Amino acid sequence: MNSIASVLLQMNGIQKSFPGVLALDQVNFALRPGEIHTLMGENGAGKSTLIKVLTGVYPVDSGEIILHGNRIEPRSPADAQRAGISTVYQEVNLIPSLSVAENIFLGRQPFRKGLLSPFKILDWAAMKSGAEAALLRLDLRLDVTLRLDSHSIAVQQMVAIARALDVSAQVLILDEPTSSLDVDEVKQLFQVMRRLRDQGLGILFVSHFLDQVYEISDRITILRNGKLIGTYKASELPRMELIAKMMGKELADFESAAMAAPRRVTGADLPQAEVERSPKTLLKVQGLGKLGSLAPVHLEMKKGETLGLAGLLGSGRSELARLLFGIDRADEGRIELSGSQQSEGLSLSSPRDAVQAGFALIPEDRKTQGIFPDLSIRENLILAFQAKKGWFKTLDLKAQYALVEHYIKAIGIVAASPEQAIKTLSGGNQQKVILARWLASQPQLLILDEPTRGIDVGAKAEIQKLIVSLCQQGMAVLFISSELEEVVRVSERVVVLKDHRKIGELKGTEISEHAIMNAIASHSDPELAAAGTSATGASGGGGS
Amino acid sequence: MKNSGRKGSSFSSVSLSPLLWPLVALGLILLFNFIFTAGFFQVRLQDGHLYGSVVDILTRSSPVMLLSLGMTLVIATGGVDLSVGAITAIAGAIAAVSLQSSGLTGSGGVALPLAIALPLLASIACGLWNGFLVAFLGVQPIVATLVLMVAGRGIAQLITHGQIISISNSAYHFIGGGYFLGFPFSVTLVIGVLAVVIGFSRKTAMGLFIEAVGNNPVASRYAGVNTVGVKLLVYAVSGLCAGLAGLVISSDISAADVNNSGLYLELDAILAVVIGGTVLSGGRFQLMGSIIGALIIQALATTINTRGVPVQLTLVIKAMVVLAVCLLQSPSFRARFRQSTKPRLPRITGAEGVTLKAQSDSGPSGSGGL
Repeated sequence: MNSIASVLLQMNGIQKSFPGVLALDQVNFALRPGEIHTLMGENGAGKSTLIKVLTGVYPVDSGEIILHGNRIEPRSPADAQRAGISTVYQEVNLIPSLSVAENIFLGRQPFRKGLLSPFKILDWAAMKSGAEAALLRLDLRLDVTLRLDSHSIAVQQMVAIARALDVSAQVLILDEPTSSLDVDEVKQLFQVMRRLRDQGLGILFVSHFLDQVYEISDRITILRNGKLIGTYKASELPRMELIAKMMGKELADFESAAMAAPRRVTGADLPQAEVERSPKTLLKVQGLGKLGSLAPVHLEMKKGETLGLAGLLGSGRSELARLLFGIDRADEGRIELSGSQQSEGLSLSSPRDAVQAGFALIPEDRKTQGIFPDLSIRENLILAFQAKKGWFKTLDLKAQYALVEHYIKAIGIVAASPEQAIKTLSGGNQQKVILARWLASQPQLLILDEPTRGIDVGAKAEIQKLIVSLCQQGMAVLFISSELEEVVRVSERVVVLKDHRKIGELKGTEISEHAIMNAIASHSDPELAAAGTSATGASGGGGS
Repeated sequence: MKNSGRKGSSFSSVSLSPLLWPLVALGLILLFNFIFTAGFFQVRLQDGHLYGSVVDILTRSSPVMLLSLGMTLVIATGGVDLSVGAITAIAGAIAAVSLQSSGLTGSGGVALPLAIALPLLASIACGLWNGFLVAFLGVQPIVATLVLMVAGRGIAQLITHGQIISISNSAYHFIGGGYFLGFPFSVTLVIGVLAVVIGFSRKTAMGLFIEAVGNNPVASRYAGVNTVGVKLLVYAVSGLCAGLAGLVISSDISAADVNNSGLYLELDAILAVVIGGTVLSGGRFQLMGSIIGALIIQALATTINTRGVPVQLTLVIKAMVVLAVCLLQSPSFRARFRQSTKPRLPRITGAEGVTLKAQSDSGPSGSGGL
């Protein structure tokens, strides 16, 4: 009985695999009543899979979920909610045009009782008072008859929480609830979270913002590559250690990859003459920024240089890549490319402009942004080059096959035939085809956004090796990766981003995982830090 | 003869497998007629013109074949063009009015080339309008083209002042009713357009771009494909094809009947494309498949007519055959059908396992052996 009281939710030996990927490998997780427990891990670590297993979106392959001493097997989110597990997502899943009260009672509206009960007439009075009571639990007083979208996002989120709690919750899952909130709203949300914790609720929190995690969490569980790294008290886990554990720098995989790939600095496998290091600046980025996406950034890149972008997920790395490639339009700033005629800077309003200017981007999400699943390897490979040439200057089939043959050999794509649909290839080979697609377009600047994600260790090392040799041939590479080890090994210069702004730049021998982690951990947003100290005081009071 | 069966098997071995099922369906319909309809395959040569049921099917399906060519490209980009029926009405109306208005002068009308060029230009403009809504404004294709589907017939009525205008120009009549080397000219036109569209899409990179846009619009944008241009172009081509179909239709009946020209033909065209093996969600497209699809639809209609089936049943039979062809087409349906024949045994024993234990014992072990 005692153990049940101290553990609200227990997940034991959770195993979940998808075709080709082991998403969760024997993960254990325990949530106590009255605690805020943060789940941390890099992209693909298994956080969202764990939550989806818990909320019944996916069935487990093996392992058990115990809530209040009873084994549960939720088969759908509704099922999980009935058992007492409610989830509030980053995007509010309510209906903006309905009133707050209607949203709270959506799908379970109270009907008039007595004589009128056979007619299923809504009991508005009960709904209103019920909604007010539900919000009061969060210490929130609102006019519940107003439309939901007349309130701020933060309040909408709290309405979602109130609804979740009212439906019945012992466990509340908050999946990145702070991403769309400003500093004050985050404070407000945290107050509510503390209040609920003090009422004995178990809260599972997911966030990428380190400052927030430390401000609110009692305990932290770290996942990496589907494995449990450990559960720690937030107060006893230094930031540096947390980042190190998330990135998994001691993992054996990385050691072997390091062996396979040449060290950037030595790079002596090519004769010195070929290593053309013209000091000429290729790209100048001045104050490039977009409201709500990236604070203005200055960058400079030389020919043949590899510039690494380091930072945690959500730090603005991909946003910078998207702005540079014309996917998102920048509000301000200019991009200058040497050799281009426009002296007033490039205007990149679409990726097409960027491709014409000699840029290439290997996007973050291979499946949705990279491959054409039903098209063949050949078609996938020649597409960017063909698009650059335009549709009348068609490559004849012979030239296409020559190109494909060349890259299959040069990059080591393993495929039965160039006419095979790309979706039948492994992730690593798909990525190599996309890399070949861009190499065939002969770019001056290659932007790689997480090029080695979801790729096995061997292919990873091969791709890293390729990047280095590309630079030695004079191509400039902007390299984005969540894996610090990889950034350090490949880059000559590293720009560190945090919370959507550039916070530092490291060069040559300064570059080390330690230095990057240090930069991320020590730099703290002044505003948030202030909010953090005041809130810590409040939580201390609540805890006692 | 057994011509159709042989055709199917030899085509499949030449890796034309997407065309296999449509060809099988067409073959079955023809086979049915070969057995049950006397004289179905008879072709007479009269006054240097070919006559017969088969020629009839080709002639009558030519408007839908034309429409389906443009429709194939539109559907391949993940769109759809509902306005083609209305565009045929506009094209016919413009042709009729331009031939008529100058009839007053007694000179026999605007030069025929102009009476053909004007409607075609207008049709392209209609297609570009659709493309503009879809590509620039991001309107859902089904909604964007619905606009012109509804408004188009109104525009055509404005052009003809609500009248059915008859066309007396005999040269114009050649388009839909003439014969070229003994062959109906409209069929020759279809073959010509088919050749041009195949050449334009397969001999240039445009086919690749179209399939890329349909298969993954985000990735095509990222790869630098001019997705806006591609979409504009396919809707323009679809408009042009509809314009040609409009000329054929109005020429065939020697009148511009804007209320009935191409009515519901957009649906037949979409059907032809789907039967032909191009998936509605976009991606790979089969121009030949769409042609075969259009022929299936017309062959079916002709068969039903010649069999003397009560008129009331015609559409029902058509619907059933079309459903069957579409299901045959669908790989996932075939896979399901193949699977569902196997696991049925164990599943039934599982459900009734307790009561029928003695009987079902042989069931699972038997199926396990398989």
